[in-house]
Amino acid sequence: MSLDRSDVEKIAHLARLALDENQVEGYAAELSNILALVEQLEAADTDNIEPMAHPLHMAQRLREDQVTEPDRRNQNQAVAPLVENGLYLVPKVIE
Amino acid sequence: MQWETVIGLEIHTQLASKSKIFSGASIAYGAEPNSQACIVDLGFPGVLPVLNEAAVDMALMFGLAVDAEIGSRSVFARKNYFYPDLPKGYQISQFELPIVGRGSLTIDLEDGQQKVIGITRAHLEEDAGKSLHEDFHGMSGIDLNRAGTPLLEIVSEPDMRSIKEAVAYARKIHQLVVYLGICDGNMQEGSFRVDANLSMRPKGQQELGTRTELKNINSFRFLERAMNFERERQIDLLESGKTVVQETRLYDADRDETRSMRSKEEANDYRYFPDPDLLPVEITEQRLAQAGERMPELPDQKKARFVTDYQLSDTDATLLTQSRQQADYYEQVVATGADPKIAANWVTVELAGALNKAGLELTDSPVSAEHLGGLLKRIADNTISGKLAKQVFEAIWQGEGDADTVIEAKGLKQITDSGQIESIIDEIIVANPKQVAQFQAGKEKLLGFFVGQVMKQTQGKANPGQVNQILLKKLKG
Repeated sequence: MSLDRSDVEKIAHLARLALDENQVEGYAAELSNILALVEQLEAADTDNIEPMAHPLHMAQRLREDQVTEPDRRNQNQAVAPLVENGLYLVPKVIE
Repeated sequence: MQWETVIGLEIHTQLASKSKIFSGASIAYGAEPNSQACIVDLGFPGVLPVLNEAAVDMALMFGLAVDAEIGSRSVFARKNYFYPDLPKGYQISQFELPIVGRGSLTIDLEDGQQKVIGITRAHLEEDAGKSLHEDFHGMSGIDLNRAGTPLLEIVSEPDMRSIKEAVAYARKIHQLVVYLGICDGNMQEGSFRVDANLSMRPKGQQELGTRTELKNINSFRFLERAMNFERERQIDLLESGKTVVQETRLYDADRDETRSMRSKEEANDYRYFPDPDLLPVEITEQRLAQAGERMPELPDQKKARFVTDYQLSDTDATLLTQSRQQADYYEQVVATGADPKIAANWVTVELAGALNKAGLELTDSPVSAEHLGGLLKRIADNTISGKLAKQVFEAIWQGEGDADTVIEAKGLKQITDSGQIESIIDEIIVANPKQVAQFQAGKEKLLGFFVGQVMKQTQGKANPGQVNQILLKKLKG
């Protein structure tokens, strides 16, 4: 399976990556090579293999349901570009 | 053409934990903006999510309640999309291996029949923040307090064939999660959100029609209205030879219509993949068993028990078990020794009516279960008549004390001394010779007139049974 220009443009848009026109072909070729590698893996017999969700053979540790985080709004908002009335301000989003 | 409606629902229930699903920030409603958004919720670099065990246990309780398949392993995945109220650029959700697999729920239909609705799955995920589009100098304000709040998304099969069925299913899920104590069920505050997938097809056709997804519905009434509007809209399109476009539509309650979101972000390409920050969750036998031990009696079980134990009608049992509070209240009244049927009537009619009129919840009832039990006892032992009981109830409601105090203070004790009743009746017969003659000439309706006279004389305190009996004896004799 190989990717064409429009695939690359779509993926770039979904990931919000700005690509120059002249970069698209190069990425199409590189990404297609990765897919070719995955296709090689598909040749392996996995009939009796349990699908792996994580490389570590461990289970998730669970947390007790307790409120442990104090209000650190001031510190957290110190790095925000724009703040008003406790809200983070962002370019207008309209549905 | 005859059309058939096909509906499936996706219900987001906010889980009633104290802290968020992946962080130790509080989820209390109504806090100052961003005062409950910690660095994990904000998606700061280098932070790690740690799963809240309460969210896992609540999901397991739901799974057990709908007889679902529950696997020994469950996996979290990233759902990728960009929106300012989602700081990480992905929502941690579940894709493959959700915590609750296939299950089912039985709903009661209006005609008394039952129907089993399939539940496809229920998965855990984090909620997003809130965007405020008021005027911030042409910008949007973001409050991330809600970001990371634990949600259980319950997905049904497209098994519902009418709007009534869909509403009944949504109500039943609501009742269930509130009974289980895993969700407060508050639709206004967004704790219980229903999205409806609705499509139409010619009756008899197997293949499903194109569906639309309805969002932004925050009450059962709006759910019904949104689906009604959408159903008509789709039929109009199909009957005029047009096609339904698969899209998300927002319900506008003010205009009572659904509108296309017109969003170019509609491309539902979320590129799910297992979240490397979270290991697979192991659901041990022990954890599952503990969740089972925490399960309260469920609405259907309670209803069946009420029918057998208290000999109640199906209708009364359904009404009483609508909520856990009401069922508990009822059982407390019965525990005082009250007759179960009379108690059912007082709880579902008199008390429910008074609460409704006053705009109060049962938990704020000025009349306690003990008080109501005390009142019913005085009706049962003939101290007061059923008619005066309402007056006593009113006084208890107003805080004038328990039934005995009110009866004593107002002198409402029923007259059961037949000698006393007889002498009052004698006086009335003497005072109304015309009516007596008419009655004796066959105008038996006049009995009501005499009863009324006796009640007037005794301020309603005479025992009605005795009054009738003595009146008939005297008038006919």
